[in-house]
Amino acid sequence: MAFSLLVNGVERIAEVSPDESLLNVLRDHLELTGTKYGCGEGQCGACTVLVEGSSVRSCRMKVSAANGKKITTIEGLARGNRLHPVQQSFLDVEAFQCGYCTPGMILSAVALLERTPHPTEKQIIAHMNGNVCRCGTYQRIVEAVQRAASSTSRRTQDASPR
Amino acid sequence: MHPLADSELRQHESISRLRHGFELKRRDFFKLLGGGLVVGVASLHAPAQESGARIKSRPETPETLDSWLHIGDTGQITAFTGKVEVGQNVRTSLAQQVAEELRVPLSSVQMIMGDTELTPYDMGTFGSRTTPQMGMQLRKAAASARAVLIRLAGRKWQVPEAELAADNGRIRHAGSSRQITYAELMSGKQLTEAILDDPPLTVPEHWKVASRPAPKANGRDFVTGAHKYTSDIALPGMREGRVIRPDAFHAKLVSCDTNQAERLPDITAVRDGNFVGVVASDRAAAERAAAAVRAQWDAPAQPSETELFAYLRSHVVDSSDSRDDQYVTGSIEQVRGEAAKSLKETYTVAYIAHVPLEPRAAVADWKEGKLTVWTGTQRPFGVREELASTFHLRQDHVRVIVPDTGSAYGGKHTGEAAVEAARLAKAAGKPVKLVWTREEEFTWAYFRPSGVIDISSGAKADGSLLYWAHDNYNSGPSAMRTPYEVPNQRIAFHESETPLRQGSYRSLAAAANHFARESHMDELAHALKIDPLEFRLKNLKDERLRAALQAAAGKLGWKASSATPTRGFGIACGFEKGGYVATCAEISVEHNQVRIVRVVEAFDCGAVVNPQGLKNQIAGAVMQGLGGALFEAIHFENGRILNAHLADYRVPRFSDAPRIDVVLIDRKDQPSMGAGETPLVGIAPAVANAIFSATGIRIRSMPLVPGGLPTNKTDKASLSGAASNSLHGHLS
Repeated sequence: MAFSLLVNGVERIAEVSPDESLLNVLRDHLELTGTKYGCGEGQCGACTVLVEGSSVRSCRMKVSAANGKKITTIEGLARGNRLHPVQQSFLDVEAFQCGYCTPGMILSAVALLERTPHPTEKQIIAHMNGNVCRCGTYQRIVEAVQRAASSTSRRTQDASPR
Repeated sequence: MHPLADSELRQHESISRLRHGFELKRRDFFKLLGGGLVVGVASLHAPAQESGARIKSRPETPETLDSWLHIGDTGQITAFTGKVEVGQNVRTSLAQQVAEELRVPLSSVQMIMGDTELTPYDMGTFGSRTTPQMGMQLRKAAASARAVLIRLAGRKWQVPEAELAADNGRIRHAGSSRQITYAELMSGKQLTEAILDDPPLTVPEHWKVASRPAPKANGRDFVTGAHKYTSDIALPGMREGRVIRPDAFHAKLVSCDTNQAERLPDITAVRDGNFVGVVASDRAAAERAAAAVRAQWDAPAQPSETELFAYLRSHVVDSSDSRDDQYVTGSIEQVRGEAAKSLKETYTVAYIAHVPLEPRAAVADWKEGKLTVWTGTQRPFGVREELASTFHLRQDHVRVIVPDTGSAYGGKHTGEAAVEAARLAKAAGKPVKLVWTREEEFTWAYFRPSGVIDISSGAKADGSLLYWAHDNYNSGPSAMRTPYEVPNQRIAFHESETPLRQGSYRSLAAAANHFARESHMDELAHALKIDPLEFRLKNLKDERLRAALQAAAGKLGWKASSATPTRGFGIACGFEKGGYVATCAEISVEHNQVRIVRVVEAFDCGAVVNPQGLKNQIAGAVMQGLGGALFEAIHFENGRILNAHLADYRVPRFSDAPRIDVVLIDRKDQPSMGAGETPLVGIAPAVANAIFSATGIRIRSMPLVPGGLPTNKTDKASLSGAASNSLHGHLS
């Protein structure tokens, strides 16, 4: 069957079985390998993408459920050479070691900040708890999310009309 | 062989040494890299040298070269190492050391790593040896190159070399304003030089690039998703493989029907001995085909978790006469009667899994009888050997390339996925990718060994240690020896038959041996009614370990920390692989649940190369150690893993993360040592000791509190007179 996905602002068609996971479709059919396989059971968060702005475990979502939806992967966050503030803060804080969890972490953080622009540490931990960093960089990831929150709010204030 | 490497290898499997290194010919090198200067160790068809080995003779015209460094005629610097990047950040820290010795900005150094065709032979990335050995090797190569550049400039200008200095990618002449870039010096040249025996190394006190925080090499690729891990590689015409696994260990294939699978479109099924696999167009198709294979297995009865520790004791295979496995000094029997306090306790550790977030993966490509495999392994040359022997190939017909990998933690020494992908690719006649599922990784990889440790000890009334006996069954000999001053000791490792496949794990047995020793030290301190910190210092002469202990205790505020029934404090320290560590843990107890609130860890690994990366390694080791300390355990029964899923095997998450304060002790007067492992060893005993300080419950098994605090009253009753409030609380 053919499914139409709006991935990173571009319409992509995938000819696959309806019960194929969104993760497999992104990685194997659309060549978007920034989204990672970690467990296939929705337990590690490495496959996190945004579907209509909300964070979703792409290994647990069937492609049929994503049909016609707006999907953002790690490849779709930067604007040209300009990194998304969350990407930039992960880089600045060096909130990663092996980096395998990083795309999922960043997308989870982006989803959080969309809904809660100024999260408390508790809110960050609660929201991000489904994402595993086996290298144990949690403290720096929390710091990166906090930094992204403050940089985003500064930018918004600067840009907003007086 | 290096003793560490020996115990490391012995603990996971007997892996024979590589016999021949692959030698890149001199002319191939310049074809690959362009002109310029190559600095390395001449091979001259000698047996391959292990990383770090020296060749004293300086051959006139080396035909082949194990190259370590290239300075191109564009000024680009390329360093070569068989080490791999698995998140420990050595791609950055090694480049820093090259840049330092060559007096160039970090950005002009590129590292080629873990490629058996391009990099010199290396035994593997383990044992915390990259910084002390490879770092030194590359520093020597770079300092030798700097000496060559100065010599070339001296000849060009007809001035004494003493008047010349290297600075920011140029050679400058002190007596005039003359200067020349490395690129200009290299123009039109093809030079090969051997690494000097005694090159002009820069002492850490004068470091300008090393010793400072440097951002992770290619960091941007990790936040944009651009970095290609093995599992992200796609080759033209590539197919996806899947292996059909037995339902228990040591099972034999009884029958196998692949007809139904082969009726699916575009499927190749492979049966070879006990190996069954399928190849399909993509991952989902491979899964469907694998599910259609009907395989029957016959597995023997096997020991289960319930009998594990008794089994390890009763199945000693080797009473360990090897030097590494035994240490005796004085005579425990003669002094036993003189002890004012004596203790005898047993500690256990469970099997645990590494759980690298990127499971084992490989892409295999056969071309004209030659095999290229991309795979995430810590031993690219070891995996090359595995492939060569499995497929009866010459070593130089196999190339193993290790893309920067989604972590390993000692768990990726072997080449299972590489061998399987190569077998499938051979059958399919096309490149094949194989990515293990999480369940496969939990089941068919190897585990951190479980073990039983008996300690008996005695001390005089003044708190000085009199004797110490430490017997480790199966978990391993690493860091068995006590760092404390004890006149009478008997330390022994007893290898056992292991019910599960076991192997290296970050810090090896140092974590288990420190857990036992540092818990026991705490028990003895309480029995003697001496503050645990004071007790350690009293029996410790090593200045660096004392300094680490005092630094951690000072930062935590040990003296002012009073335990209550809901708040505990514990301390532990140790030495391993050149690193000195002291860990303080503060825990809270609520509704029988233990939470680690704060960890202070002081670490001394000599002259710090990259404080940014080092802090990440230390905090990461604490987090990983915390899992094994509190709740991680593999459950198994009769050859089957019972919790081969992340939903059933708990790993540390955000909500488990304490505040971690890292105290770096930068000893510029000491050689730089590795830091990937030793920072892990203090957390479990520090937490166990903290639990005791709060609750009076002494837990002697790792994991400590998989289901919360033990509620069984006998746990408390077994305590010999310990107050429910911590002793050190009373003393402070």
